[in-house]
Amino acid sequence: MTVGFRPTRRATLAGLSALALGGTRSFAQAPAVKKGGTLNFLQTSEPNTLVSLTTTATSALTNSAKVTEGLLEYDYDINPRPSLATEWSISPDGKTYTFKLRPNVKFHDGKPFTSADVAYSIQLLKTVHPRGRNTFANVAEVKTPDPLTAVIELNKPAPYLIKALTAAESPMVPRHIYEGTDPRTNKNGNAPIGTGPYLFKEWVRGSHVIYERNPNYWNPDLPRIDRMVCKFVPDPGARSIAFENGSGDIGYRTPVALSDIERLKKLPNLVFETKGTSYSYNVQLLQFNLDSQYFKHLKVRQAIAHSIDRAALLKVVAYGYGTISYSPIAPGLKEFHDPTPSPYKYDLKKAEQLLDEAGFKRGPDKIRFKVPMDYNPIGDEGRRTCEYVRAVLARIGITVEVRSQDLPTFARRIYTDRDFDFTYNGHSNLFDPTVGVQRIYWSKNFKKGVPFSNGSHYVNPKVDALLEGAAVEIDPAKRKAMFVEFQKIIAEEIPDISLYQPLYLTIKNKRVHADSLTADGVEANMAQVWLDA
Amino acid sequence: MRMGRRIAATLKRTAVHAGPTVLGIIVLDFLFLQLMPGNAADVMATEAGSATEETVAALRHQFGIDQPVLTQLLNFLGHLAHLDLGFSPRFNTSVADLIMARLPNTLLLMVTALALALVLGIVFGAVMAAWAGRWPDRVLSVIVLLFYSMPGFWVGLMAVVLFSVKLGWLPSDGNETIGADLTGFAMVSDRLAHLVLPALALASFFVAVYARLTRAAMLEVQRQDFMRTAKAKGLHPLLIQLRHALRNALVPVTTVAGMHLGNLLGGAVVVETLFGWPGMGRLTLEAVLGRDYAVLLGVLLLSSFVVIVANVLIDLLHAWLDPRIGSA
Repeated sequence: MTVGFRPTRRATLAGLSALALGGTRSFAQAPAVKKGGTLNFLQTSEPNTLVSLTTTATSALTNSAKVTEGLLEYDYDINPRPSLATEWSISPDGKTYTFKLRPNVKFHDGKPFTSADVAYSIQLLKTVHPRGRNTFANVAEVKTPDPLTAVIELNKPAPYLIKALTAAESPMVPRHIYEGTDPRTNKNGNAPIGTGPYLFKEWVRGSHVIYERNPNYWNPDLPRIDRMVCKFVPDPGARSIAFENGSGDIGYRTPVALSDIERLKKLPNLVFETKGTSYSYNVQLLQFNLDSQYFKHLKVRQAIAHSIDRAALLKVVAYGYGTISYSPIAPGLKEFHDPTPSPYKYDLKKAEQLLDEAGFKRGPDKIRFKVPMDYNPIGDEGRRTCEYVRAVLARIGITVEVRSQDLPTFARRIYTDRDFDFTYNGHSNLFDPTVGVQRIYWSKNFKKGVPFSNGSHYVNPKVDALLEGAAVEIDPAKRKAMFVEFQKIIAEEIPDISLYQPLYLTIKNKRVHADSLTADGVEANMAQVWLDA
Repeated sequence: MRMGRRIAATLKRTAVHAGPTVLGIIVLDFLFLQLMPGNAADVMATEAGSATEETVAALRHQFGIDQPVLTQLLNFLGHLAHLDLGFSPRFNTSVADLIMARLPNTLLLMVTALALALVLGIVFGAVMAAWAGRWPDRVLSVIVLLFYSMPGFWVGLMAVVLFSVKLGWLPSDGNETIGADLTGFAMVSDRLAHLVLPALALASFFVAVYARLTRAAMLEVQRQDFMRTAKAKGLHPLLIQLRHALRNALVPVTTVAGMHLGNLLGGAVVVETLFGWPGMGRLTLEAVLGRDYAVLLGVLLLSSFVVIVANVLIDLLHAWLDPRIGSA
């Protein structure tokens, strides 16, 4: 059997109706799509490069796809749809992926896009991309039997590979520009050339990037706007004001302070979009250092788990913008998420009892022990989470000292110096647990100096075997069973306590339409976006 | 002639002082930066949200931090000797280009803010001194006290809420209307509109300082013998105030203003972030958070130059205001 996709009439119709559904509200307000105009895209930080080839920093992912496209795009449930590839098939053994490429696609410099570019890009991703090294690790070679066919041959199956081919995650770059250069310093990162709907016009450092409509785009109906201005506005208050006074049209991943949302929701000109965030769910968690003198004891970790009320925490810390999760696999990854509640229910008496049993009795000052807590400074909820944890742990006799630090100091402390006891942290699940979750629990990924590796120093051969098995299992049912068993073990042993999956809002002016049509929303190429005059 | 000699002497003295000062600044900055936990490769890898041993090693190599600290310092100094500020892998461009793109913006903001602060401060101060103890003095004192005690960024925020959100008169962000491709008068007025609020936010504190200084200095001068002489000569009161009182009062004000240039560069970090002003202050902050030492050292080096040049100008100004200064 070949798992394939051919754009039959029925599929095309289904796709069209999905499109129409996605934009129901837009169609209700304005019956016809309008052309022209300038979209002002507010971004929280300036990227280091405009092509997400050598970095996966959010700021780079935000911009990359506007110029540099990928083989596929995905619907909200991460089912693939055509982009630069029009058809694809996976062999029954899961080791051969064949892509038919869209004909007559040209790079912005006029050179044709062919299978040679695909082969070259995948080899580049395999060597220089922070995740590509893992995602494409099993790639043996990429064959190019003709200019419009690319065949990826794998040593071992990689069931997550078919989900990894968005423009931002696996960009298809022009071989003729990268060949023979260092991809990290190639000037294409500063002034990109791609196949995408927008042409790069200028990048004024510290201020903005301007993209203009590509008149020769392979889809002659697109793009609809004339110009996209990406403004870098580092201050969250300034971003709120920009939405308020209309100088900013759209921003994503909740571009304002959580405390500002209630106020902004009252404004008539703003829309809060929750779609287009399913390509990368985060799980926020309390992560223990299992080498800590306190948290190496399972009973102490259980006591902490018994003292956390996730629902209360979500409300206090994230203003309710999220979904509680007992599992490191985000609820949004419905295919793999295990919704079973934690075996350690909110129960302070039980927590105290466990601490007594572990040998940490209350001293004469009623305190069992004092322990520092760190937090990942990305996002403004880290500090509040620590305050919450400090308050609840004080009730069971643990004194928490919160330590603040900037990102490099935090990364160094957790992943290199390992000078911590427990920390508030967040992990992106990405589009598949093998890519996003395995790295945190796989004992072979305990690597000093590597951020977002196995920071707990968790070692369990059973878990290793499950993760390694799931990474190459092509039967979806078996693969799911493996991940469910993995989640059961993690729930019991709690090397960390998963708390919640944040809900990231896209905030936009109501004049913006058709912006979040895919799993990766505004991180995709935004070719369809259009504006009321 | 005497003026020319004095200018030459001032420049010579400054050159002699500046060389070792700049070298000291570079070496000290470099060593202090080494004390900061985490390095550029840590930041890049953390921002990426994913990393492998190989990508982290590649980053370390790219930033040159896999080499001993002394080698890194000597490399930097070696490049500097060739007037090369180096290359920033983080921004994938040369440090000189990065800084030169931002420097004009910051200088514009700083000079405008300083000029605004001096003009407003001196006017307020002169008015306060002239009507000392009466109602104009009282009213201005309260206003000045408010400016003095409110942080500049808060003044800026409130001004944004009023002029940008409520009234919609002035833009809140950036230094120009992006993509408008304006020319001539339209461009100048667009730039000015963007400049008003950040310059005001940056200047507010200094307005207060200069107003109080001017007031105190002028009151001090009023009691001098030459003032009585001038009055006895029958000079017009306005002329007495401007030529005799204010000119003498300007010496302490300009001295302090010269020292404030460094503070203004520091204040620019906050104001530029708040107003999305693409200047050096924001670049500095980004370089610190990114642990991008090449950029940071370049910024610090250039900032020290700006401060040194400003001080030379102030010295020359003093020589003009009061010929007795600097003759030693």
